[in-house]
Formats: sequence, structure tokens, C-alpha cells
Amino acid sequence: MIHTKDISKSYSGTQVLKIDELDIPKGQSFGLVGNNGAGKTTYFSLLLDLINPSTGTITSNDIVVSQSETWKPFTSAFIDETFLIGYLTPEEYFYFIGDLRGQNKADVDALTSKFEDFFNGEIIGKKKYLRDLSKGNQKKAGIVGALIGNPEVIVLDEPFANLDPTTQIRLKQILKDLAKKQGVTVLVSSHDLMHVTDVCERIVVLEKGEVVKDLETNPTTLKELEAHFAKSAVSASEEE
Amino acid sequence: MIGIFVFLGVFLFKILTKFFPEQDPFVVANGFVFFWILGEMGMRFFLQKLPVMSVKPLLTLPVKRSTVVNFVLGKSALSFFNFFPLFLTIPFGISLINNGYPISQVLTWLLALFIISLIANFLNFILEAFSSDLNIPFLPILILVGGLYGLNHFGIISFTEIVANGLLAISNNPIYILIPITILVALYSFNFKILRKKLFLDASLKTKVKDVKAADLSWTKRFGDIAPFMQLDLKLIWRNKRTKSMAFLMVIGLLYGLFFYPQPTYRDMEFMWAFIGIFSTGFFLINFGQFIPAWDSGYYKMLMSQNIKYEQYLRSKWILMTMSVMIMFILGIPYIFFGWKILIAHFAAAVYNVGVNTHVIMWGGSYNRKKIDLDKKAAFNYQGTGAVQWLIGIPLMAVPMALFGLLNWLIGFELAITTLIVLGVAGIVLHKQFMAMITQKYLDSKYKMIAAFGKDS
Repeated sequence: MIHTKDISKSYSGTQVLKIDELDIPKGQSFGLVGNNGAGKTTYFSLLLDLINPSTGTITSNDIVVSQSETWKPFTSAFIDETFLIGYLTPEEYFYFIGDLRGQNKADVDALTSKFEDFFNGEIIGKKKYLRDLSKGNQKKAGIVGALIGNPEVIVLDEPFANLDPTTQIRLKQILKDLAKKQGVTVLVSSHDLMHVTDVCERIVVLEKGEVVKDLETNPTTLKELEAHFAKSAVSASEEE
Repeated sequence: MIGIFVFLGVFLFKILTKFFPEQDPFVVANGFVFFWILGEMGMRFFLQKLPVMSVKPLLTLPVKRSTVVNFVLGKSALSFFNFFPLFLTIPFGISLINNGYPISQVLTWLLALFIISLIANFLNFILEAFSSDLNIPFLPILILVGGLYGLNHFGIISFTEIVANGLLAISNNPIYILIPITILVALYSFNFKILRKKLFLDASLKTKVKDVKAADLSWTKRFGDIAPFMQLDLKLIWRNKRTKSMAFLMVIGLLYGLFFYPQPTYRDMEFMWAFIGIFSTGFFLINFGQFIPAWDSGYYKMLMSQNIKYEQYLRSKWILMTMSVMIMFILGIPYIFFGWKILIAHFAAAVYNVGVNTHVIMWGGSYNRKKIDLDKKAAFNYQGTGAVQWLIGIPLMAVPMALFGLLNWLIGFELAITTLIVLGVAGIVLHKQFMAMITQKYLDSKYKMIAAFGKDS
């Protein structure tokens, strides 16, 4: 589904991302982990054609994302709160996204009604602007906004951050269902190793812009990841 | 600005002696102080804010609450606004001393003026504290300044004299300076009381949450595929401080002609008609258009990753601007009172606005690289304004004005009008082609815009 080839991005000579080859098959739930500055958001931004690659290409469903826009109808994303429109209410925001993706009000209502649990009664019908919601509730609205219009690829950057524990668990269930039952390719990044290992079938570790680990999730993956990041913490303290 | 002030200060004495040869320049200068204060209050209200947010980190530190309040108020006393007048008054004071006024008198006078500045400083914060909850936040200041000016102007209470005599009395008898000092202390303690009550995270430091009042925008459906964007734009205008005050300013644009037409000198200057026509029918066009697409800078990334047609996004803005021109023209029909030729000139200007200026301003928008924070006030807010925004003003206003003026002078009114209309109609006919060009321009600068809008300026 998503094929990355020789992609790299540098800012004034400093390389922030360099991936030689990365294939994400359709329907895979894919997790990206790494410390701050490892290149997770850069990779997602390249995938969404929000920044221009220095070299290489990302192909989504045989479409080179930086050359054509036809990948947009089947791709959706929530990267950060700048994906929200602060002066709309959550409902208006959902309808707006729905309009852009060819969904009428009834379609959108049908979809959002499935997330009543997830919203925990704090989003719909509150007559509040998105800009006035708490960080966690903004995130909930943004994530559900990214599910509108039956996308085949969903990109979520740090979806678990700022969510309360109950919502985190509900979100994990939602993401698993999307990949398993509906065959959606879900790309998630996170700092929380436990959450990604729970949700993702495959986990890629980025370090300084490069892929250092590519794991199929199994019961020992969490241990392995923890060991990996503990090691870099230890080696960092030894260097000091 | 400072340069002008210093210059004025140095030469004020000479200027006053020249214009009012029979009077004492010092007395004349005091006569202006009242107007100075009014102007200062107006300026402060729109430009100066109590630096209250800067204390958020102090609240959790072991500092007494009253110390924090004193810190905020003290900090405001060091504001540039309070020292600004000194650039004028000190040079003037020096020239007074040079011309033989007693030093002690001049010094007391300077001190009194400085205290007046501080009084204005603290009075302004009280005013802001009370008006911040109102729907039209600048109403109280308008009433206050306008009211005082009116009372003075129509001779009901002559504040000019009160202030002037007060200042004279103080400089002649320094003991009277205690009066402004007392006022200052009173205002300070009043501010202290207000602020102390408000300095909690859940009071003034927390932004207020208002309930949403949604209007029915289903009428936009008749515009077909661009309806979602039109609804978004209308909500953008109505729900954000900066755009909302811009919408209110349209009244000024509409009434702009009234500054000129009542005076026969201007009414007979035909080239002014085109200018006023362009300006008053295009007021919204210019103010809204120059910040396309920066209005959407806060969520530009999202728009760019969505399945949107750029052309639809831009066409929605175009229709909005076109509608505003038509509405402004219709509301301006009463200008016919000053002559039917004026109305025809306005009509030609409106057509030119729709056909030419809308496209020019949107083309200029593709050079927008500055983020706009929608929650800031509009007056004197130049955020998002770059060199291009100023440059674009030339073809928008100067070109039609020059064209009209020249043709009108060389050949005649009819031809000048026809030219503007023909240009406008040509623009409307070529609308599709222009839009395609503009859209391409926006697409070309997509990455640059995303990167620029992502930065906090």
C-alpha cells in the first residue's frame, strides 16, 4: 500500500530523515516509535505531502504523493491540533470534513454516533468551540475527524498523548478494529511503548532519522523495545 | 515617530510664537494638553495591554500575591507609552528655560505632565477591565473620549481651560501637584483592588468560554460545491475577534465618502470619485482579501492534506468579496444625493473592483507568508502584513484612480467611466482563466506557505 523508496529530508545540510526502503502492506497496523527528533512527524508529513522530500519518493497505492493529489480521497490524518479549526464546534468540524470527503450530514452522524463511548459525552452537543475544549477532548475530535469518509490510510501522530486512561483503552480497540475488520492501513506514532505494542502488528524504531529496528509484534516485543531504549539511556549517561 | 516628537518639541516654542504672537506660548501649549490626553487615552486603549499574562509563572513561586500585583502594575508604569510624551515635553521644557522661564516652574510642569501620563496609564486599565466583557469593547472609550470632546467642543464644560488653568496653577504653586498625585494614588489602589481579585488561574488568567450561537447558513447551498467553504468563511468572519472587528469597520468604509463629498472642494475633484468609489465599495475586499489565505493559516496543514480543490477554496473567497462589493454599492446608493455622476463613478468602481481587484488581491495572497492569530484585535494590528500587502495597494487603488483621473481630464467623464467598466467586465469574462492562473500560483507555493504558517511569528 505505502512504499517508501530512498526518501530523505535535510534542512540546511542537516539530515533529519533517511529511509532507504520501507513497505507497509494494506491493512497493516503500523507503529512508529522513537525519541524526540527521531523523524516520526517528518515521515508522516512527507507521506501527506506537507513537506517536500530532499530525495526519493513515497508511493501510496501506486500514486507518488508529491506528484499527484489523487491519494487524498483515501487518506486522512490527524497530526496535531493545527488540523482542527478552532472556531468551529466539533459537529461543524465533522460536517465540514464530511463535505470535503463527499459525506452528507446523515453519513457523518451515523459515523460519529458509533463513537459515543469514546467521546464520553464531552464532544457532541456541548455548544463549545474546538478552541475552547481541553487538549484531550480536542484530540478525540481530531481523531474521529480523521475517520470520516472511509479512508483506506489513516495517519495518527501521537494519538495517545493527552488522553485519559479510559479513552486510551477505547482508542486502542478502535484502531485494532480498523486494521483487522475493515482492512484499513493505520499508521501510528507514539512515545508509549506499551500502547503501540498493544495496537500495532509491526513496529519500526527510528533513531536520528534512520530505521534501526523493524519488528513483527509478538509477546516479547515490548521487552525488546524497552531494552533498546534503556540501552540508549544507559549509553547516554556513560557518555556524560 | 519619536523623531517627529523631538522635532516638534524643539520647535514648538517658535511655532507657537509665530501662530499666536500675542499670547504666551506656555499658556497656549497648556491649552492643547486636554486634546493630548484624549488622544493618548484613545491610543492606549487600542494599543496598550496590562502585562497580566506574564505573571502566570510567578503564581506558583513563593511570592506574595500583593507583590505580584504590585509587580504587574509597576511594570506597566515602565511602559513605553509613559515615556513617549517626554520626547516632546522635555525639548519644549528646555526651550522654555532658554526663553527665560524659571527653571523650577518648568520642572514642576514637566513632572505634572508625567504624572498625567501615569494617570492615563492606570485609568486605561480600569477602563479595559470594565469593557473587556462587552460585546463592542471599544464602546466605552468612544463614549468617554467622544463625550469629553463634545462637552468641550460645544462649550458646555470647557475642559481645555480646566486642564490648562490647572497646569498653570501647579507650575506657579508646586504644592498643587499633590492633587494629581492623589488622583494617581487613588487610581493605583483601585487597579490594585481589581487586579488582586482577578489574579487567579480561573479568573482573569483563564480565557473565557462562550456558548456557540450557530446561525443558519443553509442558503449557501445554492453555491453548490463551494458551499462548505463559504460556510467556513462566514463562520471565520463572524466568530473571531479580528475578523469581526473588521466587519464592523465596514461601516467606516461605507461612510468614507461623507468625509469628502460634503465639502465642495472635494466634490468637484472628479478623480477623487474613483478613489472613494474603489475604497468604499471595496473596503471588505481589501481588508479581507489581503490576508487570503493567511486567515486559514491556523489549520492550513489540515486543508492541504484534505481532499479539497484549491480552485473551490479560492472561488468561495472570490464570491464572498464580490458579494461584499455589491452590498456596499447598494448601501452606498444614497450618495446620489451629492450628484448622479458620483453614483455612476461608484458603480464603475464597483465593477472594476469585482473584475480586476478581486483577482489582483488573490494573486497577491499567494505571496502571503505570515501567520495570523485570529483572536487578536483588528485595530492597529499589522500581524500578517508584509511588504507585498502594501505594494498590492498601488494597483488596487492608485491605478484605477490615475486611469480615471487622466482619461477624465484628457477626454471626458463618459470615457473614463466606460474604461473602468470595460476593464471590470473584461476581468469578469476572463474570471475562469484568471482563477486557473491564481490557483497554479498557490499550488506552486504550497510547501512554503505550510512551513511559514507553521511558525509562530
